[in-house]
Amino acid sequence: MPINYYIFLSVALFCIGVSGVLTRRNAIIIFMCVELMLNAVNLLLVAFSKMHHHAQAATNPNAGIDGQLFVFFIMVVAAAEVSVGLAIIVMMYRNTHSIDVNFLNRLKN
Amino acid sequence: MGTTQVLFWFLSVLALISAIMVVVSKNPVHSVLWLIFVFFAISGHYILLNAQFLAIVNLIVYAGAIMVLFLFVIMLMNLNADTEPQKNKWLKIAGVVAGGSLLLVLVAALKHADMKNQLADMGSGDIGLIRNLGLTLFNDYMIPFEITSVLFLSAIVGAVVIGKKD
Repeated sequence: MPINYYIFLSVALFCIGVSGVLTRRNAIIIFMCVELMLNAVNLLLVAFSKMHHHAQAATNPNAGIDGQLFVFFIMVVAAAEVSVGLAIIVMMYRNTHSIDVNFLNRLKN
Repeated sequence: MGTTQVLFWFLSVLALISAIMVVVSKNPVHSVLWLIFVFFAISGHYILLNAQFLAIVNLIVYAGAIMVLFLFVIMLMNLNADTEPQKNKWLKIAGVVAGGSLLLVLVAALKHADMKNQLADMGSGDIGLIRNLGLTLFNDYMIPFEITSVLFLSAIVGAVVIGKKD
């Protein structure tokens, strides 16, 4: 597959995620849209890693493996981020009985 | 069109439609289920790119653990479509226009890039196999891997500290 198909697919997924973050007010949905953007970037990293491997496989059999390891680390960071973020959302729900992000527009109360 | 191409287009369309449904669904539980579809489609792409380890990790970590955490929190809060706070209509339109403009700019910038002979090879190459990834991870990326464990420890402590009743 030519690499531009993957680029356009990832860009489309990323922009859907951006639109979701901008249009929704439910904190959990915003979080899920952030996960969507992370996954779009992961897909692009894997595609680029295979592209790099395809171009340089003759000289270096491990060419492009770094991209896949970065994807692994992104998944790790995303898991940590989700655990802390959901804890924050639960605490916010406990205080305001709502998960509307507009409740957080002033940092008091 | 070979089987690989058919699978590529099928998975791409599935991912895009499911991603749009994530944003559009009124019910948060439906959003989570559509997001799981997106993750399955992306895992399918990983398998097509011969990155089997990442495909399985994506399924286990994202579609398994993280989505269960989301579902758990949503059900804990008893959210449904009625309690969903609604944004002003013009703000929604502005958000969609902003996202669409970003898409437009990126596509316009990348459309004429010279990538004709850059192929992401499918079904060949063994860098995605667990042996090669593991060898590189534990040789070249030893320090980041260990730092990751510290990150997880701090995430655990942070989640407990934030989540406990004060």
